[in-house]
Amino acid sequence: MLKAIGVSSLEELLSQVPQELRNSRFDLPPAMGEMELSAHMNSLAGKNSRLVNFAGGGAYEHFVPSAVKALVSRGEFATAYTPYQAEASQGTLQAIYEYQSTICALFEMDAANASLYDGSTALAEAVKAAMRITGKNKIAVSAAINPQYLATLRTYFAPLPDVTFEEIACPLGVMDPASMAQAAKDAACIVAATPNYFGCIEDTDAIAAAAKAAGALFIAIVNPASLGVLNAPGAFGADIAVAEGQPLGNALAYGGPYLGVFACKKEHMRHIPGRICGITKDLDGKRAFVLTLQAREQHIRREKAASNICSNEALCALAATIYCALLGPEGLKELGELNVENAHVAAQKIAALKSFRLKYDKPFFNEFVVECPCDAAALRDALAKEEGILPGIALDKKSLLVCVTETRTHADIEALVNALRKHSNA
Amino acid sequence: MPESIPHTEERLLSIEKSVSGRRAVRLPKAAKPASAYLPQNCLRAKAPRLPELSEFDVVRHYTNLSRLNFSLDTHFYPLGSCTMKYNPKANEELASLDGFGRVHPSVPDFAAQGTLEAMYRLEKCLCEITGLSAFTLQPSAGAHGEWTGILLARAYHAKRGDAARTEIVVPDSSHGTNPASAALGGFGVVCVNSGKDGRVDVSELKKHIGPKTALVMLTVPSTVGLFETDILAIAKAVHDAGALLYMDGANFNALIGLAKPGDFGVDIMHLNMHKTFSTPHGGGGPGAGAVGVTKALEQFLPVPRVEFSNGQYRVRTDYPNSIGQLRSFFGNTGILLRAYCYLRQHSAETLRGIAENAILNANYVLAKVKDIFPPQFDEHCMHECVLYTDTAKMGVKTLDVAKRLLDYGYHAPTIYFPLIVHEAMMIEPTETESRQSIDGFIAALRAIHAEAMKDPELLKKAPHTLPVKRLDEVGAARKPDICWMK
Repeated sequence: MLKAIGVSSLEELLSQVPQELRNSRFDLPPAMGEMELSAHMNSLAGKNSRLVNFAGGGAYEHFVPSAVKALVSRGEFATAYTPYQAEASQGTLQAIYEYQSTICALFEMDAANASLYDGSTALAEAVKAAMRITGKNKIAVSAAINPQYLATLRTYFAPLPDVTFEEIACPLGVMDPASMAQAAKDAACIVAATPNYFGCIEDTDAIAAAAKAAGALFIAIVNPASLGVLNAPGAFGADIAVAEGQPLGNALAYGGPYLGVFACKKEHMRHIPGRICGITKDLDGKRAFVLTLQAREQHIRREKAASNICSNEALCALAATIYCALLGPEGLKELGELNVENAHVAAQKIAALKSFRLKYDKPFFNEFVVECPCDAAALRDALAKEEGILPGIALDKKSLLVCVTETRTHADIEALVNALRKHSNA
Repeated sequence: MPESIPHTEERLLSIEKSVSGRRAVRLPKAAKPASAYLPQNCLRAKAPRLPELSEFDVVRHYTNLSRLNFSLDTHFYPLGSCTMKYNPKANEELASLDGFGRVHPSVPDFAAQGTLEAMYRLEKCLCEITGLSAFTLQPSAGAHGEWTGILLARAYHAKRGDAARTEIVVPDSSHGTNPASAALGGFGVVCVNSGKDGRVDVSELKKHIGPKTALVMLTVPSTVGLFETDILAIAKAVHDAGALLYMDGANFNALIGLAKPGDFGVDIMHLNMHKTFSTPHGGGGPGAGAVGVTKALEQFLPVPRVEFSNGQYRVRTDYPNSIGQLRSFFGNTGILLRAYCYLRQHSAETLRGIAENAILNANYVLAKVKDIFPPQFDEHCMHECVLYTDTAKMGVKTLDVAKRLLDYGYHAPTIYFPLIVHEAMMIEPTETESRQSIDGFIAALRAIHAEAMKDPELLKKAPHTLPVKRLDEVGAARKPDICWMK
């Protein structure tokens, strides 16, 4: 090969990197073969605790059917490139179109993109779109959205001049109507989660009305696993809906990869960030799929693009699509009902423990806040270390956010209740 | 398959194959309906229109869809700037072990020691190979990493009380994400034209940087596949102007094990795990874009970060000067674990072999086709070469050559990028392709050139053998159909 290139040594090819910039001092461990690597990774995996999980708070443990992994791990999907060469990527493209259709059906929205990084960045993109659409720079945001989403919003918008935040108070677990009306004034959007971070289902009619009155968009954050039973954002009047798509067929995996779901009404279609797949025809008139409306994107518009996003979470979106196809409308309903029932059974039993009580009395899906008679973080650690149970997320000194999905059996719930009793002396 | 048999089955959507009442996965029935627990007004009125299929239907549908794709496992992707290298199977399996996959992101640190140890060690490896002080693993992709770097620059200047730096300078050959990320970070974008040899011209750059410059973003090697030989002078000019130097690490495959960007004077850089570190592209993600910085910038890194003390790995968020959180939770941990697996299978010597072979392979392609597809800049390249189609001589465009390559079973190169090269075709074979597969690709390019000279129409209508022919992209954008409606 060197001869074909016309050089006598590799050194000659490398010569454009000046000698003084070459560096061969790398303090790295010796290379492992596959067998040693396998042992090493299995040993690391074994250092993570195996816990019966009652934590949610934006990432949820759900049953994932085997066919999801079998299909998603096919090399033809997993090792394919972004489908810019449409003729060679019809599989990925059709799957994206089916993903968008699945999201639109589930959310009762008109348009969806091919996915964003996660729920929090999908929210940031939605807020950005709302500012562009309304020409306003104020963000009215519920105090009961996931605190990590709020932190992400602040990272995105704090550097921008003239952007202001107004938080909507949630003293009783859901947004206070007066606080909402106040915050909505001159706002580009009202950002609200339902179920919210505390698990409570918000009064969505009131939010839609407040947004309309103020000329703001209603950006709803929803849990897609709830939509087999809970009202869809398109039906309750959201203009843009975003979600963490992880509950649909993706592993917890300590935070990622997940997928940001973004869906909206038709009139906002040209403000959607990121990739979108559309249907078209080929030269023979045959149905075909292609990335479309690319004039919004960074590789065309550069600094004027709707977003800087390029890589998204295509394979996670594929998992979500296949998951929804396997469950179907009936399966998603079963999923939702089982989550609702398990969570309510657990809530009732915990509330019956002496000195434990539910913090809020609002309707909830699969999460609720428990007030403990002792330090919540200490209680969590004791249960994790001694009982192998992760009882939830410690929100503050006394509160625990408990999540019960379809994966928790009645025996798991009993074990949780007994452990809470034992370790709180209740 | 003969042309006359249409692929009709594959063209139906899953929803169009739906049969009312058909089921795949069943879950246990709840004892009571949701309405027993929740008020009617928060319940869904109408079931979503989702496919009703059996598991077999679903498996066959998506298996057949997958077969319509090119993929790295099945095809050679000479995609410049995208580093489509082999994705080792062990990394897939090991990163997906249940011990990693089942861990909830909000577990207390003691329950995630294995994952945290891998993340900590990955960060240390990345520091060592780049010569930088610290990395954040939180960005989910390259563009997310660029934006992170921009926020870091902003925080750095703000801390020094220097609020006048409102501009970011990028060369005209930069990736589109660079200016888009700069705009997202609230900066104005200043574009510098490349010099005659495709590199940044230091004297031209100096005209564009000054007290308003916060950051200069460079891709090294550049997007024309050349090393910025004046990088030390560039770094000095940038620092003399009080600005910081950002390196887009999309092309780091050319430098891994060979040189450390920290030695160049780079202050901030991102690395794409789904390029240099062999994690699969997934048809457009998920990726991960770690961002590294010098000592002076470490205090501004996003949270959470992992540290090690008293024999325990801990997640810390209490850094007062941090730019904050970039997304929810730790990051794309599953992808980062794959990258960690990749690095642990390499030593310093084999890392250097990656860069050397990537450079060798690109130069080999260049040497073997430059008589028919000339390079824009006639010198040895790094890990990729930028060629162009001589439209006057060949009677076809780069797009036609790219589409015809698909017929030969090769994915198209990156085309029409960088924007400064007319009819550009950017070829990056990577180090993982064998001499035989590269020879096959070269033979295809030569055959296509011969076809063009004889029958350009053949190329203009290509591809001829794929599941679909050329698409009406304009029609798709004019009347967008992006979601199935009954």
